[in-house]
Parts: sequence; C-alpha cells; structure tokens
Amino acid sequence: MTITATPPETAAPEAPEPTGRTRVALRRFAASTNAVVGAAALLLLFLLAFGGPYLTHWSHTDIDYSALRQAPSATHWWGTNRIGQDVYAQVLHGLQKSLLIGLLVALFATVLASVVGACAGYFGGWTDRLVTFFIDLLLVFPAFLIIAIVSPRLRDTGWLAFVGLLAVFGWMITARVVRSMTRSLKERDFVRAAELMGVHPLRIIFRHILPNVSSFLIVDATIAVGGAVMSETGLSYFGFGVQPPDVSLGTLIADGSGAAVTYPWMFFFAAGLLVVFVLAVNFLGDGLRDALDPTSGQHRRRRRRKGTTHDRAAR
Amino acid sequence: MTAPHADADPPVLDITGLHVDFDGAPAVRGVDLALRRGEVLGLVGESGSGKSTVALAAMGLLPRTARVRGSVRAGGTELIGAGDRELSRLRGRRMAMVFQDPLSALTPVHRVGDQIAEAVRTHQDVGRVHARRRAVELLDLVGIPDPEHRSRAYPHEFSGGMRQRAMIAMAIANDPDVILADEPTTALDVTVQAQVLEVLRTAQRETGAALLLVSHDLGVIAGMADRVAVMYAGRIVESAPAPELFAAPRMPYTMGLLGAVPRPGSRVLTPVPGAPPELRLLPRGCAFAPRCPLADDTCRTAEPELAGPEEHRTACVKAPEIAARDLAATDVYPVDEPAPVRAVTPRGELPAVLRVEGLTKTFPLLKGAAFGRRVGSVHAVDGVDLDIRRGETLGLVGESGSGKSTTLLEILRLAAPEAGEVEVLGHRTSELTKRQIKALRGSVQIVFQDPMASLDPRQPVGEIVAEPLRAQGADRGAVARRIPELLRLVGLEAAHAARFPHEFSGGQRQRIGIARALAVEPRLLVLDEPVSALDVSVQAGILNLLRRLKDELGLAYLFVSHDLSVVRHIADRVSVMYLGRTVESGAVEEVFARPRHPYTQALLSAVPVPDPVAERSRSRVLLAGDPPSAVLRAEGCGFVGRCPVYAGLGAGDRARCAGERPVGEVACHFPQPRPFPAA
Repeated sequence: MTITATPPETAAPEAPEPTGRTRVALRRFAASTNAVVGAAALLLLFLLAFGGPYLTHWSHTDIDYSALRQAPSATHWWGTNRIGQDVYAQVLHGLQKSLLIGLLVALFATVLASVVGACAGYFGGWTDRLVTFFIDLLLVFPAFLIIAIVSPRLRDTGWLAFVGLLAVFGWMITARVVRSMTRSLKERDFVRAAELMGVHPLRIIFRHILPNVSSFLIVDATIAVGGAVMSETGLSYFGFGVQPPDVSLGTLIADGSGAAVTYPWMFFFAAGLLVVFVLAVNFLGDGLRDALDPTSGQHRRRRRRKGTTHDRAAR
Repeated sequence: MTAPHADADPPVLDITGLHVDFDGAPAVRGVDLALRRGEVLGLVGESGSGKSTVALAAMGLLPRTARVRGSVRAGGTELIGAGDRELSRLRGRRMAMVFQDPLSALTPVHRVGDQIAEAVRTHQDVGRVHARRRAVELLDLVGIPDPEHRSRAYPHEFSGGMRQRAMIAMAIANDPDVILADEPTTALDVTVQAQVLEVLRTAQRETGAALLLVSHDLGVIAGMADRVAVMYAGRIVESAPAPELFAAPRMPYTMGLLGAVPRPGSRVLTPVPGAPPELRLLPRGCAFAPRCPLADDTCRTAEPELAGPEEHRTACVKAPEIAARDLAATDVYPVDEPAPVRAVTPRGELPAVLRVEGLTKTFPLLKGAAFGRRVGSVHAVDGVDLDIRRGETLGLVGESGSGKSTTLLEILRLAAPEAGEVEVLGHRTSELTKRQIKALRGSVQIVFQDPMASLDPRQPVGEIVAEPLRAQGADRGAVARRIPELLRLVGLEAAHAARFPHEFSGGQRQRIGIARALAVEPRLLVLDEPVSALDVSVQAGILNLLRRLKDELGLAYLFVSHDLSVVRHIADRVSVMYLGRTVESGAVEEVFARPRHPYTQALLSAVPVPDPVAERSRSRVLLAGDPPSAVLRAEGCGFVGRCPVYAGLGAGDRARCAGERPVGEVACHFPQPRPFPAA
C-alpha cells in the first residue's frame, strides 16, 4: 500500500491527533452492544437497589403480622415471607449487599492477583519463589474455616471486613495463572524491546504485561463476581458473613429455596435479580474484553461483512 | 535439464483446473500442472499465494472445510472425491510428501527406524525384520551416519537436518512416482540446507520419481528445478524451464520477484510495491494489476489466461511487449538510485561507534528444580570481536546457535560483560553509571526479527513509536510532533498512528519497528534478522529503506543475518561467527570474493544463488554433520570436527588445530585463500 522507497512529499493534510489506547478502548466499548446492555443493566440494578427502598414504607426488618406468606399485592408488591416481612424491601436490601460484595470482592481479588502475579512472573528469581511459596501456603489454608473463625471477631467493622476476607482468599489461583502468562510474555520481543529502551520495570508491567493478560483477567473477574456472591451465601447460611436481621441475596435465596414451589415469590424475585446481576456483569466483561483487545470479535465481523459486499459486487 | 517431451510418457501427476476454497475464500483459483517421471518442478510464490495448498490438495490432505474442484490424477487415478481408503492406498506408495517442519512430522514417541519400517509395512507385504532392515538401508541412503544404531533413536535425539533426512527416507520407502516437498529446507541452516538438498537430489535420482518442490527461495529452486511455475494469488502466472525463466522472465511479477533478490553484482533491488491482495477481495481483472507498474485498462478488465507456447507460458497481456522490448526488472520497477559515494574518509579516522573485544557469555546448565546445582556451562559466546565505525554497516553472519543473538543482547544490556570488553560510543560498559546507561540507551536501538512479536498487539502504533521517547523523558508535545514525522520517514502515513499492529502487513510492521528504533535518533541501530520473516518482494523494500536511512541519518548498523546474500548487499564489513567465536572478519568484497577460513568458504558455497546456470556449475564445499553442542568448549579451533582442511592435515598439524586456539582476523591456523564464484 505504502511501500514506497521515498516518503511521499505530499503529506496527509492535517495529521489527526494520535489517539491513545484509553480513548480507542472507550470508543470500541461504546460501539459494542453487549457492553452497553451490560453496563445499562448494572446501572439499573444499582438504581433499583439504592433508590427502590424509598418507594415503599416497609423496611426490610418490619414485620406485618397481618400478612404472612401473602402473594404479591398492592400493599406488599412482591408479597411477604413466612413471618410477614416485605419481600420487596428485603430483596432490594439484599441486592445492595450482594452488588457491593460481589463487585468489590471481584475487583480486589483481581487487582491483587494481577499485580502480585505479574510481579512474580516478571521479576522472577527470589521474588518469584517467595510469592509462589506464599500463594501455595494460602491455597492449603482451609479458607472457609479461617473466615468462619475470624469473621465473628470482625463483626463490628461490618461487611467491608467481610469483603476483605473473601478477597484475600480468592486471588491465588488467578495470580498463579497471571504469573505463568507473564513468564511467557516476558520472552516476547516487545517486552524485551521495552527493556532495552530503558523503560522502568513497573511501567512495563502496567503498559505491556497487564493489557496483554487483560482478556483473561476480565473473564476471571466476571466469574469471580458470581463466585463471591455464592461464597457469601454459603458462609451466611452457616451463620457467618451477613447475619440476620441484615440480609443478602444469598441468605434470601437460601431461605426461600424450600418454598420455591409453594410460595414462589419468596424465592424467584431474589433468584431472578441474582441471575440478572451475573448476566449483566458477564455482558459487561465481554464488551470490555472486546474493547481492550483490538484483534477480537468486531474485527472479524467487519471483515466478513466486507467479504459479502464484495461478493455482491462481483455478481 | 530439459523437460522430457510431452508425448514420451503420460504424466505421473496431472493437476487440471484445481480450485480450492476455504469458507468461501478462494486459495487456489485454477491451477494446471503436469509432472512427468524424473522431472523436478519448482513451485514458487510468496506466502499466501496458494503453493502449499496445491501440494496438500494433490495429497488429498486438505481439511474438510476446504472445497476442492477440478481434477488431480496420479498415474490415472482420480484423487478428488476419492474415498479415504482409496487415498490411503495411494499416499506413501504412489506419492509421498516431505513437510516443512520435520519435528512435527515425526511422531515423538516412536523410534525413527520403526516409523520408517511402518511406512514400508503399510504398503508392502513384508515381515517385521525385513522392514527394519529396509529402514536401515533407507537411512543409510539419505546419509545418516551409523544408520543401524541411529534407527533406534527417537526424533528428539536427531538434529533438524537429520530429521528432514529421515522424512525423506520415509518418503522414498515405497519407491513413489511423485515426491511432494513443501518448503523442505526452510527451517534449516544454509550448510544443512545444502546437505538436505543433496539428499533430496539423490533420493529423486535413486527412485526416478517426479519431484514437486514448493519453495519461496528462488535460489533453492534455481539449483533443483527443471521447470518452474510461479504462483500469485492462487494462480500460476508464469511457467517455463528454469534457465529460461531466470534469464528472461516475461511476467512483471516474476521480474519483480527476481529483481528483489539480492545477488552479487547488482547494487539495486526492485521491491514490488504494495502487498499481495486479500483473496476474498480480488479486483476484477489481473490480480497483480494493482501492484504492476505496466498495468493499463486491459489488465484491469479481464484476468488473463495462462497462454503462450508450451515451453514458456505467461498469464499477462504485456508478456509479448516485454519479450519484444527485452525489458529487465530495473526498467519496469522504479528504483531509487544508490546514493553517491560519500567522500571517503580513511576508516581508521572515523570514530568508533561500537567496539567489542573478546566478549564472553556462558549460561549455567542447572540440575534440580528449586535449588539448581551447576553441572556445566553453555558457552554461547566465547570470544567475539566487533568493530563498527560511524556510518558503517557490519554484517554479523552465522548459523543458528552460533551466538549471534546472545552477542546482541550482551551488547545492548550495557552492563559489564562476563569477560572481554564492550565499548559503545567510546564508553566502556563496565564503567558506566546509571545515568550514563540511561542516556546511552537512546543512542543504541534494536529492530527485531519478527515484526509481529516485537510490537505490543494491544497498543496503537502511535504509542508504540512513542515508547522510547517517553522512556527518555520527552515531553508530550515533542512526542506528538515526532510521531507523524517518524511514520513518514519510514514510508507510512501519519494517520496510521491510531491503528493497531495487526492491521498492517508484515513489511509495514517492520517499518513500524524501524520507526520506533529511530524515534530517539540513535547512532547505532542493531538489526536482528530484520528481513528474514518477510517475503522477498517486501524484503527488498525494507533493505532499500535501511540503505536510504543510513545515508540520510548517518547511522551505523550492526546487521545480524543468516542470509549471506542480504548481508553482501547491505553491509560494508562482515564478521562470521561459528560456535560463539568470530572466525573471520573483513571488508565485504574481500571476504566474499576471497574467503580464507574454511568455514566461511563452506558457508558461501552453500548459499543458493538464484541463477540456474551458475548454481549448477559452481563447486561446493559440503560440510559433514551439524554444528557441535556449545556445552563442550573446544580447547583449540571449534571447527575441527567439520573442517575439510583439517581432514587433510598431518598428525602434527592436527594436534595444533585441536590444542591451540587460532586468533586474528582469520581465526584459522591454515587459512587458504580460495577464489570463489561467490554467493
């Protein structure tokens, strides 16, 4: 195309401002339907969780003794449970907790995993050995037991400490994968080129290594969101984590699962919102991955479209 | 030499009207080929031209997703549409294939001898013992030393050249009528390539089979083929007997291809502009028209058929005109004149950009996983001397494993070497402070071999090019101004800054790599095999660009390559490495015309020349065996095991070779100047 021996004297009229990676990624993100749908759904869930409770005068702790196990009606929009609590208020309160716990745990765990894993893989040697040893140590700890022992002592600090605990025990496997990916990336010429240009090692990690493992990190983080909600449920069921009268989607689902067939509203509103939440995160993750990876999806689609138009033209 | 005549005997392989589509994208668009017994047909083309697909289609090895039309007849049997059972009966017996990558073509868990014996037993009703004996015979035929013993080895115990020999042995096990060789020597070093080609020649002569040799290397084709067919965009565009095709090509693409290969005597290369078309989006008319300087409206309306006399057919409407006017590549393609020779300053007065003396680098061989015990050393670099003056190009030549890349990395590390001395722009690397190192990093830049791997796939080109500037602490404004300037300097457009590397062709990517290296205005550019991953026509464009940049910017190059003709074309001085040591260095003309070290002589004679007449008449020094392992450090000369001179020496001289390390410009105790019909 432009394999000319001498540079063309007639330069492009005005050189457009070179677009940075962030701007390119944002543009691609906005262009992807998946991403926009996911982001919108997530935003709506947040609005619902934090704005919804103001629409009803019931709070999640109120008990209406006159309405036990009542089907959805004008007074109790999503019905009541077996002790007469309003399901709408409870589900929204639970959604608040689950949204925050799910997203924050996934975020903390992924950030921790990517930084630690990339550093271990990039620097190698003793850093690597120490970090791998530490990771292996954490992996053999029975995480469930430790959280069970520690969380009652942290009750006063509230759910944030719980988020921290879940994150601390959820990053190791991701970190190991990031470490091995980094080790193979480190051998690639573009990393070597950056080293030979004198780019600072941490800068190389953040500009070259992490963007190139981002596809994996995003997929892993979207799975981690679901996983965090689930492990929170499990812990809460056994009496750790979120404790009554506080509720989360997990505790609500656990409570309502027995009544799923007979009193479906106790179960399906909570379960439905959890499904929507996890799906939205997955869509968002998909879109984000496509936006950050210039070679993915869209490109292929564009080429195919080009091919068909050509075929039509040829005919 | 001359092709056997058409009516003499029926073709053993007859391909007519072959079309192959992958998911609706054409890969081969109407190919006709006929091979007769004992004939060697060379199929040449650049990557993506469909040459390998033709070979695979002939074997019936295409994946299921491929749609194949046309006819492939082997000895009268139609292969297209034939069942698996039918094909299995023919494959290996009537036609056999030698693949490019011999490591993946041999099963790693079976012994080599057993694999060959299996090929024998599949098609012949013989006993196990007999088949084993036949396998050993075949290994002996392809020149494997001690075949009885080696037949019990596993593929990983063989070197690349030996594996390819084993593949050839397997291919000829059942005396096939046709041998298909798909880039059989591309993965090998030149000296090994020469051996394997010799074996292929022997194998073909012994079996009397027809050989379809698929290659992108015009030199290999020139040395082997009787007839040559040139492929472009899925079609054959020219076919002729080899001497005629190389002497008087008629199709502009062939002319460009031949003109793009560096060869002795020609100082200008003719790159073919542009890149091969995407086969989904072929233009109407001749597929080559968009890149062809002679194209006019007739070319763009209809695709020309392969026409002309039986002996020399071309698919080009301009062919008669080219023949009549006797045009050469330089008449057809625009070439930039080589810069006038600069005022010659005596070399000694020019300031040294890089000086390396006795550089050494060893890697420990460790045993045990966590706490490795050192059990030996790999002497990757063991005494390398280099000297580059301002504005000079030094070609560093050697086969794989000779320590070229390690040498480069040791220099670029800018740290104190294990032994010896590295001096960059007058600074000894052993005495640098951190600040000085940082400043020097800007003066020495590198261009890598693989343009795809050396560019971060997640960064837009603008950021890639800006990286060294940022590393040197340039401010935002300066960076933004410099990017379009750099892209234009290497022949790209400023608007390309927003695109990602995968949107460019191989040649353009390499230009981006060069732009990145030039960003901080270096004094020395280290080029690590910068053109070996590129097609010939694109390679010529990059070489011309490097030459122009050197003249304009006064750069010095350290140009590492295994391709001697490229080095000869671009370098002023050359330094030959063998087993981590410099064995010969000097001015390019001098070394290439009168090599004195036996290794240099062998290396030069192994390089195929894209000229059938010269290629077939010149004398060769064929080296035996493969380069030895770098784990065992030779006390004396490292070349004794393969040296043709050593073989003819007396006991006293031999002791000197083996025990005393040769030094000097020609590191040999018995240098013999020998005039060469050079590469």
